[in-house]
Amino acid sequence: MLTTFPRLLLKHATERASAPAMREKEYGIWQTHSWADMAALVEQIACGLHQAGLQRHEHIIIVGANRPRLYATMLAAQSLGAIPVPLYQDAVAAECVFPITNADVRFALVEDQEQVDKMLEVREKCPQLSHIFFDDPRGLRKYVENGLAALDELIAAGKVFATQHPEFFRGEVDKVQPDDVAAMFFTSGTTGNPKGVVHTHATLIDRGQAGAEFDKLSPNEEVLAYLPPAWIGQNIFSYAQWLVCGYVVNCPESAATVTIDLKEIGPTYYFAPPRVFEGLLTSVMIRMEDAGALKRRMFHFFMDLAKRVGPTRMDGKSIGAGNSILYALGNLMVYGPLRNNLGMSRVRVAYTAGEAIGPDLFSFYRSIGINLKQLYGSTETAVFVCLQPDNEARADTVGVPCRGVEIKVADDGEILVKSPGLLKEYYKNPAATAEVLTADGWYHTSDAGFLDAHGHLKIIDRVKDVGRIKGGSNDGAMFAPKYVENKLKFFPQIKEVVAYGDQREKVCVMINIDFDAVGNWAERQNLPYAGYTDLAQKPEVYQLIKECVEKVNADLSIDELLAGSQVSRFLVLHKELDADDGELTRTNKVRRGFIADKYQPLVDALYGGKTEQFIETVVKFEDGRSGSVSATLKISDAKTFAPVKAAA
Amino acid sequence: MSQKQIGDVILDVNNISLRFGGVNALTDISFNVKEHEIRAIIGPNGAGKSSMLNCINGVYTPQEGSITFRGQTFSHMNSRQVAEMGVARTFQNLALFKGMSVIDNIMTGRNLKIKSNIFLQALRIGPAEKEETRHREYVEHIIDFLEIQAFRKTPVGQLPYGLQKRVDLGRALAMEPQVLLLDEPMAGMNVEEKQDMCRFVLDVNDEFGSTIVLIEHDMGVVMDISDRVVVLDYGKKIGDGTPEEVRSNEDVISAYLGTSH
Repeated sequence: MLTTFPRLLLKHATERASAPAMREKEYGIWQTHSWADMAALVEQIACGLHQAGLQRHEHIIIVGANRPRLYATMLAAQSLGAIPVPLYQDAVAAECVFPITNADVRFALVEDQEQVDKMLEVREKCPQLSHIFFDDPRGLRKYVENGLAALDELIAAGKVFATQHPEFFRGEVDKVQPDDVAAMFFTSGTTGNPKGVVHTHATLIDRGQAGAEFDKLSPNEEVLAYLPPAWIGQNIFSYAQWLVCGYVVNCPESAATVTIDLKEIGPTYYFAPPRVFEGLLTSVMIRMEDAGALKRRMFHFFMDLAKRVGPTRMDGKSIGAGNSILYALGNLMVYGPLRNNLGMSRVRVAYTAGEAIGPDLFSFYRSIGINLKQLYGSTETAVFVCLQPDNEARADTVGVPCRGVEIKVADDGEILVKSPGLLKEYYKNPAATAEVLTADGWYHTSDAGFLDAHGHLKIIDRVKDVGRIKGGSNDGAMFAPKYVENKLKFFPQIKEVVAYGDQREKVCVMINIDFDAVGNWAERQNLPYAGYTDLAQKPEVYQLIKECVEKVNADLSIDELLAGSQVSRFLVLHKELDADDGELTRTNKVRRGFIADKYQPLVDALYGGKTEQFIETVVKFEDGRSGSVSATLKISDAKTFAPVKAAA
Repeated sequence: MSQKQIGDVILDVNNISLRFGGVNALTDISFNVKEHEIRAIIGPNGAGKSSMLNCINGVYTPQEGSITFRGQTFSHMNSRQVAEMGVARTFQNLALFKGMSVIDNIMTGRNLKIKSNIFLQALRIGPAEKEETRHREYVEHIIDFLEIQAFRKTPVGQLPYGLQKRVDLGRALAMEPQVLLLDEPMAGMNVEEKQDMCRFVLDVNDEFGSTIVLIEHDMGVVMDISDRVVVLDYGKKIGDGTPEEVRSNEDVISAYLGTSH
């Protein structure tokens, strides 16, 4: 059935008027907004925006964290046939300029003073940005700027308009068609300007429904909305599927309280990128190290059991009577309390995506009874392409195609997708659109991968990143940088890796240590350190990292395809790679080319055989100022292994 | 940006002298504080800044002089009276209850406003429960304002210093003060914490409409956020005026930088 988001809202508001739609924790209490409240709020905001002059097909940017009134504004804009464009709330002002200019944006709704300051700064370059509304008036009392107004004022004006024109809102909602553009998402883009991905109501709703059918989502699900709304994943989970299923979306109090709020809400449908799961696991493990001997032994005993039988159990297979009894006991004493502590007692379906997840990490969650699965998708496909069925979750695949999706692997290994959820176009960029969306309806994902024997999709790397080793003993061997990086990142001590090797004789990597994990390790080793830079350069830390690298090499040597990708040399970076410095994308993916340019002397030193190298880099602080850090970095060799040929 | 409305004189300090035995801590100090302004007291170590605050606060009773608060003149008063009149303060070396949670610490600031008796409060029955809910709501607004939601239930002793300072400020705010005395709110903080604290002080002044008297060492901070500044040296007032006036005052320069002879 084809419909639009505002119509879905009105449907819920009529059918289940008093049922909770959203909750927001404020002043220490979860405040509930019912569907009827939401609909009334959306109507008022829509009327207010109409009066302020927002036109059909015009774009309005929305910048802020997950707040009910921000989501209501997206709905209000859509009700008027306008197009909400969520932007990342942690983007610096300069990054907002392109989207605003590109879409010729006049209207902005922002969360608070921080975002208002950013918009006012942007306005110097984008004078067309004439209307800026803010949700939270804190600290803004003294601001007198043209076109700057509180959302409260807009709502008050809208309320008056709505009582004078009671039919207006319905009429506007009826005019919006399923094939109209619903929203635009800017992809962070590893190179060049970001691209605006245009989606219609039909594409987003269809994918929302496909995902909901796959996991049998009901109106009773609880979701915690804590990732940036500008990221399509969060938008699908706390907007598209919220309206499709009619479940409850909970907005945490602030970014700092997410773990507390997670425990209080106990979501049933949960999404987190691998790094969040990793962070949670690390904090559990660190706390377990400090627990008493008895607790520690109990924990390790039952975790060993879980590791042995847990994944089999989650796959719905028998684990034998003895193990079942032991597991039940473990559930009572360890797994249950642990799930509760993680805030995942009630999780029915949990997803992770965006990055590869380590096999140990993945099976840890599954083994303690959390139904963690992977999915495959992107902004361009409105997320849902492949999903893992409950009993077939694997760490190294991303699942089977879901309803309506066709998958084909091109000759160069690129995965092609056909789906009702594909993007309409890249905004004002027909060249880029033509590149990814061919006339025959296939979307080119630019991911390299294949469908395995069970019909599950397996991703190796980006097609353009898959390279070849040139010269030396491995001449011509395939080099998949992401694959190597991920294998290293699966070690808790390693936070980020950048691998180089295409068109070179050997593979070299730059590593970021995980400050929490390595710092804790150092403390237990009685190894004193002054800070991140100092810790990163300790010989003991180099030894620790070297062991990790060599384990990965041993692992790679068995892989027929990728044995040539073994790491010969590595160094540990003196600063964390950061999105503010342009080294990571806003979704925390490494920008390999940019880093190679920025740290040119380091790359040269890695390949030039030097044992240490001085480097000075500029860092940007959150308030926009910049400073510089410098250090002399050691470079270490790692042992590689002769490729093991698979037995014929 | 609009100029904020600075009102009439709310607090007037007249010819205060304070002695400890033979030591003249304060000699003949007079200055006033106007409603809604941020008034700074600065001076080198031992200049008498904290003593001055303690006189206003009723902790010390000056030998000479008087203090006029909202038209009422006092030659001596105790700290409870001062608190009841709407003067709250924070402390240079934090005087929080380390073992109590952030909420409980800030709730103690509501103590003077709680009307039901101790037995009703202990049993949490009848009007006491309603009253506690009302006060808790106010405290939650402060927690939200100071952005310490993540630490509501954390014992204060476990918090980093910068956050403890914020809790200290929160407890003072809980009194809904007309005048807020801040004793070195930025002492011992790093740059980022100082910036945060500056923003909070300005926001308190703005949102709560409190008049603020603050003692501060960091000259950059003082010059940026204060409306008027009093400068003390060896217990004497050597300067009084806007930050620009004080900055160009010869006596102030020599007190801070020394004189060339």
